[in-house]
Amino acid sequence: MSALVIENLHKTYRNGFTALKGVSLVVEEGDFFALLGPNGAGKSTAISIIASLANKTSGQLSVYGHDLETDKEQAKRLIGLVPQEFNFNMWEPVVEILVNQAGYYGIPRKQAFERAEATLRQLDLWDKRHTQARWLSGGMKRRLMIARALVHRPRLLILDEPTAGVDIEIRRSMWRFMREINQQGTTIILTTHYLEEAENLCRNIAIIHHGRIIEQTSMAGLLSQLHTEVFVIDLDHPLEQAPVLSDYAVSLLDPQTLEVTVAREKRLNGLFQALSQQGIQVTSMRNKQNRLEQMFIDLVERPDPGA
Amino acid sequence: MSSIKRIAYQTIVTKEILRFSRIWVQTILPPAITTTLYFIIFGKLIGQRIGEMGGYSYIEYIVPGLILMSVIQNSYANVVSSFFSTKLQHYIEELLIAPVPNWVVLSGYVTGGVARGLIVGVVVTLISLFFTDLRIHSYAVTLVVFVLTSVLFSLAGFINAVYAKSFDDISIVPTFILTPLTYLGGVFYSIELLPEFWQNLSLVNPVLYMVNTFRYGLLGVSDIDVRIALAIILGFIFLLILFSLKLLAKGVGIKE
Repeated sequence: MSALVIENLHKTYRNGFTALKGVSLVVEEGDFFALLGPNGAGKSTAISIIASLANKTSGQLSVYGHDLETDKEQAKRLIGLVPQEFNFNMWEPVVEILVNQAGYYGIPRKQAFERAEATLRQLDLWDKRHTQARWLSGGMKRRLMIARALVHRPRLLILDEPTAGVDIEIRRSMWRFMREINQQGTTIILTTHYLEEAENLCRNIAIIHHGRIIEQTSMAGLLSQLHTEVFVIDLDHPLEQAPVLSDYAVSLLDPQTLEVTVAREKRLNGLFQALSQQGIQVTSMRNKQNRLEQMFIDLVERPDPGA
Repeated sequence: MSSIKRIAYQTIVTKEILRFSRIWVQTILPPAITTTLYFIIFGKLIGQRIGEMGGYSYIEYIVPGLILMSVIQNSYANVVSSFFSTKLQHYIEELLIAPVPNWVVLSGYVTGGVARGLIVGVVVTLISLFFTDLRIHSYAVTLVVFVLTSVLFSLAGFINAVYAKSFDDISIVPTFILTPLTYLGGVFYSIELLPEFWQNLSLVNPVLYMVNTFRYGLLGVSDIDVRIALAIILGFIFLLILFSLKLLAKGVGIKE
């Protein structure tokens, strides 16, 4: 079953700006789905419409088969949203924010407290339950947003840049948490500017640009479209000039660092062999650019066919 | 009402009551102090020189209006400030994303406004007992007007909050519309004292109907027919409910 189906979604704001120009998208149940795009591409508008925070101009949306227009209440029950900006009452204690949110979904107060406790413990916020939200650190506020979105146990969780501005340690613990809830059956749609995050977590991906979906495929499928990969290679001994290798473009970044462009049909074994034959020893190697980042830039820099 | 909607409604109401209870120094205490001053200055000091009005001492005559004035101001203030803050800090999104129908959202906020209006009304009523003996002519009329007035001005506060874009916008209506309407709505005088032109003009002021009906409930005297007054109040409530629901359905001021 599809967790989310969007058909021909259009959105034109009152000022005449068209943010979405016929977006169609299918996210399957259980997926961990990346919705990527540059700033202003239409990601947040699409998410706002899915979450009923903005009105669509036209198009159809359904969540687990429930139409967001004709069967709105059922559809809304299945959605949880972690928006980009903090949007809770900063003066309310943490536990009250969760209990109230559960109440809006019809969860009785006693049960709401139990759920709030379980969710806050999962996200390491239980100790802060009586603290007003404004006193939490940035990372804690992000986790509070996730806790609030999960308190009614949604089947579709939409995360709009959930790790923006948090340190790497918290980001990685949030990744673990997201993977866990996805493995437990929650479908997740993630937007992020950290493409490493999307590459690590997501199985399928759509790229939105200028209000249109310009690519929708599996993560592996998208990455396999890369024509070349660029590697940075650290050497054991310094070189005076870049070695000449027949099948690889090589440049010297500094005496002990090479940059090598490897075409998709070439193998890394061949590269190492060629370097060894010239007496060059490799100590370490890394991608110059995140692979998804490279693909993403390729896609969004193509001319807009609808422009 | 299904249990899900009932729980959502209870959640909004509980949240609203907790909100104004936590800041009682800003919400309950000021109207108590202000009306005490009214009772002392207009009721005792000046009132003794005015003599009787409508067959009652001046302080007895103004008590119903002063009680209702505090109900009006506080019901309005509660909803306008609470809903505007909800919009301003974007936690209205907690409600928009949830399966809460618009009429439940509206009922929840209006009930919050009514709760504050009634609590303040009761406090002011208790204070008035220090200055005069309060007799109740009709409990039913008193209670009905008490609640309906509170509902009406909570709805008005809600509409103001929907359109408000800044804190200035939530103070303009109370300052320039609500206060003049209340003061000219027969709180301090009977419209019979006015020349005919001003009497007729006063009849377009909805507050006049509420104050007089409430005065009828307490004292048994009114400048206007209570049945007409109740019909007008109910008519206004009906119109404001429809208008508020339309605003919510269109997402005016709360959705892009």
